[in-house]
Amino acid sequence: MASPACVLPGNAGNGKPQVRIECVGGGPGGLYAAILLKSDDPSRDVVVHERNAADDTFGFGVVFSAATLRGLEAADGPSFERLWDACARWDPVEVRYGGERIRARGNSFAAISRHRLLHILQERATELGVEVRFTDEVTDVTDLLDADLVLGADGINSGVRAHFAEQFRPRLTVEGSKFIWLGTAQRFDAFTFIFSDSPAGRFQAHIYPFGEGVGTFIVECTDATWRAAGLDAVAAEDLAPGESDHSSIAHLQDLFADHLDGHDLVANNSKWLDWTTVRNESWRHDRVVLLGDAAHTAHFSIGSGTKLAMEDAMALAEAVRANTSLDHALDDYVSARKPSVEGIQQAASESLDWFARHGRYWSFEPPQFAYSLLTRSTRVDYDNLRQRDHRLVDLLDRWYATEDGRVPLVPRPPALTGVQVGPTSLANRLVLLPEPDDAATDGIVSSAHLDALAEWVDTDVALVLVDGVAVSATGRSTETDAGIWTDEQAGHWADLLATARRGDGPTRIGLRLVHAGPRGASRGRDHGIGRPLPQDRSWPLVAASPVRWGPTTRRPDALDAAGMESVVHDHVDASRRAAEAGFDALEVHAGHGGLLASFLSPLTNRRDDDHGGDVTNRMRFPLRVVEAVRATWPRDRLLSVCLSASDLEPDGIEPDEVLAVVEALRATGVDLVHVVAGQTTTHSRPEYGTAFNSRWSDLVRNAGSDPVLTSGNMPTVDDVNHVLLSGQADLCVLGRPLPETPDWLVRPRAGTRDDGATATAGTQSAGDTDATAGPAQRAAETKEHA
Amino acid sequence: MKLGVGLPNGLPGVDPGLVARWARRADTGPLDSLAVVDRIVYDSLDPVVSLAAAAAVTERIDLVTCILIAPLRETTSLAKQLLSLHALAPGRFTAGLAIGARGDDYDVSEFGRATRGQRLTDQLARIRQLDEDGDVRAPGDQPPLRLLVGGTSGPALSRMAQLAEGWVHGGSPPRVFARQVAEARAAWADAGRPGQPEIWSMAYYALGDAAEAGRDYLLDYYAFTGAFAQRIADGLLTSPLEVREYAQAYADAGCDHLVLFPTVPDLDQLDLLADVAGGSTPPDSSTTRGASP
Repeated sequence: MASPACVLPGNAGNGKPQVRIECVGGGPGGLYAAILLKSDDPSRDVVVHERNAADDTFGFGVVFSAATLRGLEAADGPSFERLWDACARWDPVEVRYGGERIRARGNSFAAISRHRLLHILQERATELGVEVRFTDEVTDVTDLLDADLVLGADGINSGVRAHFAEQFRPRLTVEGSKFIWLGTAQRFDAFTFIFSDSPAGRFQAHIYPFGEGVGTFIVECTDATWRAAGLDAVAAEDLAPGESDHSSIAHLQDLFADHLDGHDLVANNSKWLDWTTVRNESWRHDRVVLLGDAAHTAHFSIGSGTKLAMEDAMALAEAVRANTSLDHALDDYVSARKPSVEGIQQAASESLDWFARHGRYWSFEPPQFAYSLLTRSTRVDYDNLRQRDHRLVDLLDRWYATEDGRVPLVPRPPALTGVQVGPTSLANRLVLLPEPDDAATDGIVSSAHLDALAEWVDTDVALVLVDGVAVSATGRSTETDAGIWTDEQAGHWADLLATARRGDGPTRIGLRLVHAGPRGASRGRDHGIGRPLPQDRSWPLVAASPVRWGPTTRRPDALDAAGMESVVHDHVDASRRAAEAGFDALEVHAGHGGLLASFLSPLTNRRDDDHGGDVTNRMRFPLRVVEAVRATWPRDRLLSVCLSASDLEPDGIEPDEVLAVVEALRATGVDLVHVVAGQTTTHSRPEYGTAFNSRWSDLVRNAGSDPVLTSGNMPTVDDVNHVLLSGQADLCVLGRPLPETPDWLVRPRAGTRDDGATATAGTQSAGDTDATAGPAQRAAETKEHA
Repeated sequence: MKLGVGLPNGLPGVDPGLVARWARRADTGPLDSLAVVDRIVYDSLDPVVSLAAAAAVTERIDLVTCILIAPLRETTSLAKQLLSLHALAPGRFTAGLAIGARGDDYDVSEFGRATRGQRLTDQLARIRQLDEDGDVRAPGDQPPLRLLVGGTSGPALSRMAQLAEGWVHGGSPPRVFARQVAEARAAWADAGRPGQPEIWSMAYYALGDAAEAGRDYLLDYYAFTGAFAQRIADGLLTSPLEVREYAQAYADAGCDHLVLFPTVPDLDQLDLLADVAGGSTPPDSSTTRGASP
């Protein structure tokens, strides 16, 4: 038996031992690996074992992206040329939904019949001297272990993987989606998604052409829909191998009749399957490696398994070429290829998630639905889609800016469209949330902070929210937090508003009321977060239950009835003062682990009275506070509540509980819900990617509770455009952190800068320049075209 | 942006005497800091011990652990060591802490790998507490210890934002770095910290005719990452121009302090880097952006 560290790249005739490679499975991945390994060194003895006959092939078409095609061309010219000639090629993706057809161009796809592809690869392999043995099922892979290299390319039900399950440690996840592969002679000239409603539920079809008058037509639905439609009538076990489920196919034929123009859905061993994601902890055991579906699967909505398998083959051949020892080559193959496959699986899982929750988007109008679908895996965003197909994005922008049926002639980025929120008309969708004051004295806002705020207020954003204003001295998080529990404090806020009102900008100014609860009595935020004050400067903390916020923070007391009473009064007084000072909007902070948040989360609320237990009880006190604020805060001014829609740790608040809280808040007259996540305790496991809270605002908004505001890492206006257009929120906090160069946001004062003509130069067409556009719009346009 | 240099404490086979000689010469300028790496199961010198040696022979240059694998150590005695370095190099010491990338150091440790993230969070809070409360003290009247945290995961950035002064990035192409800086800043803002986190990063260099030896070291040091080791080795900065370009790209992407680690234990390497850094003002995006060195 050869050592796994043997020198693999043999040189014919120099006396080195003959290298033997055994490939289990003659699908595209196995054949392609055999081709590449043989053509790199014809002295290698390469054998492919295929359990089916040469002509027994299942399935319809296989799609390749432009990038894969480039790889195939570089890897083996002769097979690429034949493949390219046999491919159908097209550019658009089409979404058919709600009676509309929306196309996105600027893509590049090619597809080939699987049957044809296999023939090309079989022919090429034979040409090169690979021994391809058909109807040769490998029942015991140990028979092959005297080879130098064994490839487990035997598909999703891999016997090689099963044999070495202990070493590969596979994980198979059944994702809960039912799908069936069909074909059609109906002509499609785009990668087409059809969403179809039926009394049983929703079905979607993924369709792509792979030749003249032939297309793959995959139908997918949830398990529940599948059962409701009676498609479980024919059990898979009752079908003979190769037999198709004709009763289901007849059903689907009717369902998609409008899109088939009388053409049939064609069966070829077509039956319902459960989509299963395959992952293996290890792809290699000794001289045995997995490739293709045996190693991994990724949902077909983002690309074909055949493409992945052939890319594996290229990576394996490359690793063998680059190393003198097989041992290193196999390690390199795995360490080079596995992370990129895992990236693709991540995108696939985002795509699957989208399909799993697309019912949430079923009320979307077609443009928004299409945008949401096209950007689902987060690999395409607003800016990227504009680069691919600016006409489509113009169409989407116009749709977004449509008001009372009036479609604007000039597309305007979604972030710069106006919106009515409760009683308040907002000029655009941008909100700024400057960092809280950290130099207040006895709750009186510092002059430095007032100056900083005045600058932020002097912008064209819709709303500036003044953060971290305490409702009481003991509600502060640090000694230097600003507050609004005295008339003197309120007077300073009134000064800020008076200064701000001197301008004639559209910006509204709001105040965020905070009671820090268990996060109180901390050192200044420049010392870190959750760092307790020394005992002599501290004050008693309250929370729903005596649960510490962080490992070194002080243990709070459970808020008692008298405490509740005074917290309600503090919020009422603060609201009254904020109204008198002239704020346009008020936000009650009930998220991020503060006092009100501590009641909402089961992690921090351990009460056994009528304020603890189920969510109805847990929300009782926060609701009481919000009701009292609503009764005080003028009806004609905007009221918002901020809450953590997830604790980002196990056993936290559940989505349906969050929705119950939001529904109750809306019933009290809350106009806007600001959705954030985490910080319930220091055990939160957040992620900080772009717009990281938008998945939570999406949850709230698309359960029918709009409008919502979201915040967190949206540094550019295009990030905001994406969140808005995909229907994840109605308003966004720009930046957070604040944009680094605020000058583009600041309103030009007369004589201090030019009128913005340079900023709009070169944007869109000449007729688009809006003489009254504010700097925010100018900046957005400049960025967009940068 | 400031520019630092690594001490050769992580280079296998290094002459231990080189640490002090290296530190003494680096102290004469123009580099801003001396940094140490941390490995347990490797032919290397301990980071705290190495910095103590450096502290004894330097007066100007900043000293930084970049990074020290805190969860491998008992917290109170670690706090004592860090505060002692703080006392030995007043105003010059910064402690960068992280969980580390390798399993083998944990395999031999009394502290398990599974809970290392949570343990680091608790350690950071505890070290700050011991420092602020004065339960663990070192001579002198020092301002609070300056802490940095490494790691790119959400929880790592969260602990950085809550409990440190800044973030240590482990090195990557500048474009990836820029995206991660955005996430670090977002974590900082989400936590409610004022201003911005200090951003540190690192890279490897081998100047003169040392490129091949440098790559060999990186292939060995990063062998545990498989094929990735080759990519790290390919990223080795091997000429003054590459160092300048890399530093400029990092400065533009928001780096405040870039540490260049040697890959060959030879004092000439320090001189060659000092020549690059001293040949022009170190890149500073606020004053010399676009200026050609």
